[in-house]
Amino acid sequence: MAVRSAQRRLTVKHAKTATQNACKLCNPLGACLAFRGIEQCVPFLHGSQGCATYIRRYLISHYKEPIDIASSNFNEETAVFGGSHNLKLGLKNVTQQYMPEVIGIATTCLSETIGDDVKGILREYRKQTAADSGAPVLIHASTPSYQGSHIDGFHAAVRATLEALAEKGAPDSSVNLFPNMVSPADLRHMQEILDDFRLPSMILPDYSKTLDGGPWAEYHRIPPGGTATAAIARSASAIGSIEFGSTLEASKSGAGWLESKFGVPRYHLPLPIGIRESDRFFELLETLCRKPRPEKYQDERRRLVDAYADGHKYIFGKTAVLYGEEDLVISMAAFLREIGVRPVLCASGGKSGLMKAKLGELVGDLEGEGMKVRDGVDFSDIEDETELLRPDLIIGNSKGYTMSRKSRIPLIRIGFPIHDRFGGQRLHHLGYRGTQELFDRIVNTVIEGRQNDSEIGYTYL
Amino acid sequence: MEANNTIRDPQAIREELVQKYPAKVAKKRTKSIVVNDPETVPEVQANVRTVPGIITQRGCSYAGCKGVVLGPTRDIVNITHGPIGCGFYSWLTRRNQTRPATEADANYMPYCFSTDMQEENVVFGGEKKLKVAIQEAYDLFHPKAIAIFSTCPVGLIGDDVHAAAREMKEKLGDCNVFGFSCEGYRGVSQSAGHHIANNGVFKHMVGRNNEKKEGKFRLNLLGEYNIGGDAFEIERIFDKCGITLVSSFSGNSTVGQLENAHMADLNVIMCHRSINYMGEMMEAKYGIPWMKVNFVGAESTAKSLRRIAQYFGDEGLKKRVEEVIGEEMPKVTAVIEEIRPRTEGKTAMLFVGGSRAHHYQDLFDELGMTTVAAGYEFAHRDDYEGREVLPSIKVDADSKNIEELKVEADPELYRPRKSEAELEALKAEGLEISGYEGMLKQMSKKSLVVDDISHYESERLIEIYKPDIFCAGIKEKYVVQKMGVPLKQLHSYDYGGPYTGFEGAVNFYRDIDRMVGNPVWKLIKAPWQKEDAGELEASYAEG
Repeated sequence: MAVRSAQRRLTVKHAKTATQNACKLCNPLGACLAFRGIEQCVPFLHGSQGCATYIRRYLISHYKEPIDIASSNFNEETAVFGGSHNLKLGLKNVTQQYMPEVIGIATTCLSETIGDDVKGILREYRKQTAADSGAPVLIHASTPSYQGSHIDGFHAAVRATLEALAEKGAPDSSVNLFPNMVSPADLRHMQEILDDFRLPSMILPDYSKTLDGGPWAEYHRIPPGGTATAAIARSASAIGSIEFGSTLEASKSGAGWLESKFGVPRYHLPLPIGIRESDRFFELLETLCRKPRPEKYQDERRRLVDAYADGHKYIFGKTAVLYGEEDLVISMAAFLREIGVRPVLCASGGKSGLMKAKLGELVGDLEGEGMKVRDGVDFSDIEDETELLRPDLIIGNSKGYTMSRKSRIPLIRIGFPIHDRFGGQRLHHLGYRGTQELFDRIVNTVIEGRQNDSEIGYTYL
Repeated sequence: MEANNTIRDPQAIREELVQKYPAKVAKKRTKSIVVNDPETVPEVQANVRTVPGIITQRGCSYAGCKGVVLGPTRDIVNITHGPIGCGFYSWLTRRNQTRPATEADANYMPYCFSTDMQEENVVFGGEKKLKVAIQEAYDLFHPKAIAIFSTCPVGLIGDDVHAAAREMKEKLGDCNVFGFSCEGYRGVSQSAGHHIANNGVFKHMVGRNNEKKEGKFRLNLLGEYNIGGDAFEIERIFDKCGITLVSSFSGNSTVGQLENAHMADLNVIMCHRSINYMGEMMEAKYGIPWMKVNFVGAESTAKSLRRIAQYFGDEGLKKRVEEVIGEEMPKVTAVIEEIRPRTEGKTAMLFVGGSRAHHYQDLFDELGMTTVAAGYEFAHRDDYEGREVLPSIKVDADSKNIEELKVEADPELYRPRKSEAELEALKAEGLEISGYEGMLKQMSKKSLVVDDISHYESERLIEIYKPDIFCAGIKEKYVVQKMGVPLKQLHSYDYGGPYTGFEGAVNFYRDIDRMVGNPVWKLIKAPWQKEDAGELEASYAEG
């Protein structure tokens, strides 16, 4: 251990107070993404135009789809005298150009710092425009970027959407799914599962089409797709809400709000990655609709188990450094344990305070398993750890590339953002199918490494 | 595909573009949308606030200061003072390249430092945290310079980044620490940030090292940010010609070069918008003339080299420049000959930058393509109409907020590189010194010019013009391609480049050829292919 700590002193290369190469994005980004998953909705940032531009370009570089985000374009005067005028004018212009059903308004650190009373301004604006036909629904999520990270903005927007739209109606047999910040491919897969169970459902948000759609045979001011406002309205009448995300607390979540306000039961699960967590999700669906899963998914599960059996020898005992949003890291870690890969570091820039405990619930004795859990870290921390741990694999988003290149440890890209590869929006992570895809990629990465390092360059497995 | 050169009456298009806006907005936008006449050069309203809710492609002051001007210098540690987003979003996203001489040489560009302001910092102030962050960066790297960039909340909560910088500079002793008040709400676009950056670099860096670099023809290259390796190609050509690059502002640059820049004998400016202040200030303080050049386009590169040789007035240099052009051009011409039959007569639209929308027209000219519409994102009137309009530009409230440095001749270092008479003589020979003629004089009659084009307007223009290629950035890329039109990214080059100089021109021709002739577009039915053709069409033919 003495050697180790000496080595550590030599290699520590990071600041303590400043954040060096962040492993998180800002709060409003998550809100914009969630708003993009509502049908006919234009996301709107109350603050400087630069935020809208930066966030657009960042989301676009991952999803490779157009993303319009309006802004109230603060200038110096606005910053001093308040944003009321700009917000109202901005809403008016967005309404006139885009004719949206919904405008999803998120605040930035600027409007939050000056303390704009957005709720009050919106009340006034609604009054002023009450006579207009086709006035859009205005949703407001408070997302100051000096609190939390992008994932908090995402959940805040989901919750704000329900607060604005959900209405008590006659109870029906539908189910709500709050999938967390997953890929468009994952969203499509979730929809397919629910449809195959013949469960009427609402997924919120649903950017599976808005952020991964086809060419436009006709012009669209707002891309087609997204959760319909009518469906969101009905969500209060559902038989239950399924919500993914181990660290997502009811007090901050969409399903939590529906439960407290309308008594819709909340079924809270980790992201279903790996066999065990996917089983848990399918079992819940079976319980909710009182019938067994369609054979198709039993088959997917069988194939996955078969693949685990066939691939185990290549990856068993390998180690990985894993990073990303806390919920993704927790479920990925559980999956890695399932296939015999040891996630020697589970890291996140997020800091809910729950990560370690929740991870412990899924994998048991973390220390006994040799798993280090660190929240609130940046890439300099992760890189330091990686240098010491020398894992076989790095698993996370594109931001780990520098570390991967330096250490010559392969990076398996998952989650968000993936801006140095093509097709990040089409990666599956969830369910047996998503797990299968992840498993194949992990096995192949290991095999590829062995093949490349082999002196013979064998060509047959 | 047949050439698309019949276009509707641009006046009608202009009116149609603003139809959907409320009356007041429409009135304002109309002034920024003009039909060009290179002879009389119409006025283009520019550098005015974007109307809230009109989705703009513009960025902010912070982006212009930290992202554009300071970002490419490899051995400054840049610290973003603010919440995490701004630092993250400007972390290596501009694809600036740099080439340290050895692996041991400092390169902090892959690092993204942020004070990651939390609520308590907003409430109780963030200066303390900032100072600790500076100390940490210093302890970590012992850099020559640390720069601090203010984001929106900083100005509002009253953090004095300049005082913090002064204090830390004194404390550290051997590290130049300076701050920028580039909060995102200042000014109307990233342009404000460019100006703020120019001021800071001029005040805190230029003039610190009076060592005279060897070389007969010494110049600085201003407004070249080495995206996709552009500066490397220009450096290659300079080397070949025997021209010494003292400093670049700021692609592939170092602190040492910037501090020594005032020892050069000429400033050549690529991106007029982002850096003309520096040229002006260096002329006033040190007596270094500046002139506009353009290394985008093979012909423009040749022309720019000839202009540099003409400025230095050295027969040997003139001869060498001609030799270099003679060596380089045949490769370029061969590619043009191969590609031009496929691109001739096609149309392009460019909506980008404060210079690029102008510069890249040269490359399209070389391919026989016509620019039917163009505009800048964050330029000022002089970038459209030429610098002669400068005295008539009204300074509005937004511009007034950006400091204008009062610069006087340096008592020791001011040395006019050319006498008044010499400058007059050069001007008489046709060499434009301290001038920029702007975009409009080069564009054809009846082409459409739109400043700060909105998302909505660009979509409408595509519908109307159906261009063969649209040049902009990643924000526009995917919506344009959904309509079946290829989009060339002129900010980050779709991971390609370089596009400057002779080799860059060839890269660009090949990329454009691949894009406009790509079979994939046959699979996408553009919306207008469903509509009745002919509506309002063919009012005039683009010449």
